Amino acid sequence: MAEPWEEDEGPVKKFMFVNRKAPYGTIYALESLEVVLISAAFDQDVSLVFVDDGVYQLKKGQTTDGIGMKNFSPTYRALEGYDIEKLYVSKESLEERGLSEDDLLVDVQVMSKSEIADLMDDQDVVLSF
Amino acid sequence: MTMLHTVNKSPFERNALDSCMSMANKGSKILLIEDAVVGAVDKNTHAEKIKGAMSDYTFYVLGPDLQARGIDEGNVIDGVNVVDYAGYVDLVAETDNVQSWL
Amino acid sequence: MGTITVDGKDYEVDEEGYLVNLNEWVPAMAEIMAKDEDCTLTDAHWEVINFLREYYDEYQIAPAVRVLTKAIGKKLGADKGNSKYLYELFPYGPAKQACKYAGLPKPTGCV
Repeated sequence: MAEPWEEDEGPVKKFMFVNRKAPYGTIYALESLEVVLISAAFDQDVSLVFVDDGVYQLKKGQTTDGIGMKNFSPTYRALEGYDIEKLYVSKESLEERGLSEDDLLVDVQVMSKSEIADLMDDQDVVLSF
Repeated sequence: MTMLHTVNKSPFERNALDSCMSMANKGSKILLIEDAVVGAVDKNTHAEKIKGAMSDYTFYVLGPDLQARGIDEGNVIDGVNVVDYAGYVDLVAETDNVQSWL
Repeated sequence: MGTITVDGKDYEVDEEGYLVNLNEWVPAMAEIMAKDEDCTLTDAHWEVINFLREYYDEYQIAPAVRVLTKAIGKKLGADKGNSKYLYELFPYGPAKQACKYAGLPKPTGCV
């Protein structure tokens, strides 16, 4: 028997979530992640962009005991199970911060801002955080 | 596809405008709203960035936000279009999607 | 806010009965929550509850029902990785009800 979510549910749109803030200082990163998880229920074409300080959301080794906040970075590793596999990270933003792909806790596609811009142009909906 | 990019932070405080211009494709529209309108003032130290990018983008600034901050429309950089809220809505309606540089 | 009493000790729960501090969870709590909903926990229930606790430990969220179903199928076999099996165990909704017994928050996006 097919599961309800395997049935055809109409047109698929392209949704891009653009993440530009480091985690913890503001609520943007966590809010974005929660909306992304919810959006997974709607079977849409979802992609995540990490640019500017947003690349720090994916930084390995986040330890939040000292600031008394929940470390939500392990949740990015759950995205694959939610069939969200398009994670794009700006090469420039990594380099400006002395980071490389090895510093990130999930598999991503590192690309230039102009490549990301072209993907952005191609979206039905862009959600900005 | 044409995109509208909105920026709402002052260039004196944040890099939102720089980030926007480092990523927006040519032909995009860029609308300055809220505190970002201070960047639209001619002769401010960030004005050259906008002037230098006029061939790549069309710039807009939200009039009510200029007025709220006591900025005379006559002091806005030549070529930056002042729009009201209805004009903002038109920009959103005539572009394919919107990215907000917060 | 309310409380649930387990072995003479009170634990804080929210208005829907979910444990507020997941570190306080003890297995006896699941039994008491289940009894309140006329549900008797079998090994099959515990398999799911334990799975959820492991999932939370690794990812820091309670999985959505489809993710849970898929992951259970992967770990415990296709005969268990389907809605029918999970809803029979947890008629109030596998993610919702099992998460509660496991001391986890309600899954994100679950109303």
